Amino acid sequence: MAAQNLKHALFCAIVTLVISYPILGLNLVAEGTKVVLEGADTATVISILLAAVAVFLFQLFRDNIMGSMGKMPNLNPFANREPMEQSKRQRLDTIVLVLLVVGALIWPFFVSRGSVDLATLVLIYIMLALGLNVVVGLAGLLDLGYVAFYAVGAYTFALLYQYFNISFWVALPLGACLAALFGLMLGFPVLRLRGDYLAIVTLGFGEIIRILLNNMTWLTGGPNGIGGIPDPTLFGMEFGRRVKEEGNTLFHEVFNISYSGNHKIIVLYLIALVLALFTAVVIRRFTKMPVGRSWEALREDEIAARSLGLSRTSVKLSAFTIGAFFAGFAGTVFASKQGFISPESFVFLESAIILAIVVLGGMGSQIGVILAAVAVIILPELAREFSEYRMLLFGLAMVLMMIWRPQGLMPMRRMHIELKKQE
Amino acid sequence: MLEVRNLSMRFGGLLAVDQVSLDVNEHEIVSIIGPNGAGKTTVFNCISGFYSPTGGTIRFQGEEVQGKPDYKISRLGMVRTFQHVRLFNKMTVVENLLVAQHRHLNTNLFSGLLKTPNYRQREQKALDRAAYWLDRVGLLELANREAGNLAYGQQRRLEIARCMVTEPTMLMLDEPAAGLNPAETRDLNHLIVGLKEDYNVSVLLIEHDMSLVMEISDRINVINQGRPLASGTPEEVRQNDDVIKAYLGEA
Repeated sequence: MAAQNLKHALFCAIVTLVISYPILGLNLVAEGTKVVLEGADTATVISILLAAVAVFLFQLFRDNIMGSMGKMPNLNPFANREPMEQSKRQRLDTIVLVLLVVGALIWPFFVSRGSVDLATLVLIYIMLALGLNVVVGLAGLLDLGYVAFYAVGAYTFALLYQYFNISFWVALPLGACLAALFGLMLGFPVLRLRGDYLAIVTLGFGEIIRILLNNMTWLTGGPNGIGGIPDPTLFGMEFGRRVKEEGNTLFHEVFNISYSGNHKIIVLYLIALVLALFTAVVIRRFTKMPVGRSWEALREDEIAARSLGLSRTSVKLSAFTIGAFFAGFAGTVFASKQGFISPESFVFLESAIILAIVVLGGMGSQIGVILAAVAVIILPELAREFSEYRMLLFGLAMVLMMIWRPQGLMPMRRMHIELKKQE
Repeated sequence: MLEVRNLSMRFGGLLAVDQVSLDVNEHEIVSIIGPNGAGKTTVFNCISGFYSPTGGTIRFQGEEVQGKPDYKISRLGMVRTFQHVRLFNKMTVVENLLVAQHRHLNTNLFSGLLKTPNYRQREQKALDRAAYWLDRVGLLELANREAGNLAYGQQRRLEIARCMVTEPTMLMLDEPAAGLNPAETRDLNHLIVGLKEDYNVSVLLIEHDMSLVMEISDRINVINQGRPLASGTPEEVRQNDDVIKAYLGEA
């Protein structure tokens, strides 16, 4: 036991040295015309050695350390509490939700422009994650190309504006419906696929859309992207300093207040908030409807679901279509927020982040997914000082999360249904 | 009601089912028995549409159904259980029964989103039916448990209830007594006979538990190595020399 631990600990310490010395210790320095590789200074070397020793000691006494951690009193005071009664909990849930929504409505008027902008981004990711949650969390279909539908939504608005001068409010449903159509299109070829195979095909689909956007230069402008996408208007009111479109009025003139660039940001945030709420409410209804239950049934046991008369085709297609619909929503808002889109915004990493949000939040759980979206988007912003190590920290957080809470932040809770005895 | 004629199923070079014929009449319990690997479950899979048979015809209520997709066959009123219980484990007991009634609910998305009175009424009906069947199989108290957490015998009964909420005319049970203790098997006996008597369903049964088979079957079909060996009433089958040979070996 001890010998095994010693071997393992030595190995870990050496790995630490091998990995950290080149990354932290070696520097490329320009000397005249040459580039010279320079070793680390003493302080860095000492800290690397200290880290290796720390890793060694931790691995050597790992069993003892983990054991004593288990004996520590549980830090969470709610851990051993009796579960609340259903009716009481529901009332509490409602109150908390209403307070949160009211808070989210008032909040932007008191904070900086940057925070509101970031919050809008968080809301866009909430929409995306809730949509993907339908496909991955509820229907159990691993989709690695979800970003494609986001791209379809964004490009629909951008192109419709560029060629037909169509406004945000008309493009919003169009973008969502077109994304849903693409979801349906992807659904057909992958009907028979499951698990790994499905994941690979969806991954390919995501890349196809991105590469198409990149190469159809005559339509999409290719890598140059599309710029000048307008902000949403509110009942024909624009938020700029001067009117861009004939027939529109200016927000600050109508309400007779002085012009401020913040109005636009706040209105965009509020629109995103309303759309995110809409997404959450609609999907929540779906989960309690036959269609939502059949998604879950398909995830749990496809053969049993079919033996009860559920058609695999319609269940899978509905999941893909509805998931894609909300991605299209998010895409339209994103295009409007950025004012400029290019294929660069829709790379595989985006799909991975959205999937990470769903998994971290707890598959199928809406509250969990919303919390995770907030955490995943805001934490890297807070950790700006460690900008170089952001992805490293992100990865670390994910690994820790999967060790300690593999079921996600807030696993899905089943609905409790009251039944009356039938005579 | 169900007429199977010369059913054959070939997997590559293996002829798993060869020229099997059987009938199930209204209000009848028919069993299929045979040694392990005889092809009983393959026959079941062909009838319920999981496999498309390579030969022969299957008629259900006069309509040819061989080769139809499984979900369409179950919508005709012929539903099955599985040798290894297949429940929706992470869903609650009552949700399992609601999924099964999917066809009976209004499937229009918008009436569900808007909760129209028509939709509510149908949903309430589905809930009532679920409650009725849970009570019937003695699981009403456990309605909100996760199905995967039930005891094995309870899971078996839930699977049968899940078939019954679809209001089938024929129930196909694949080894329903596997893994049950003698007391549970007796209860199952009563349940199956009760289903036939009270709800007028015909039952097609695969079973190894001979006491169960002999007690409740109206007729028995014996299959050995994919071929029909004998058929008749329990009494006839019990005394058939071929059957005794196949089961006990040559004396």
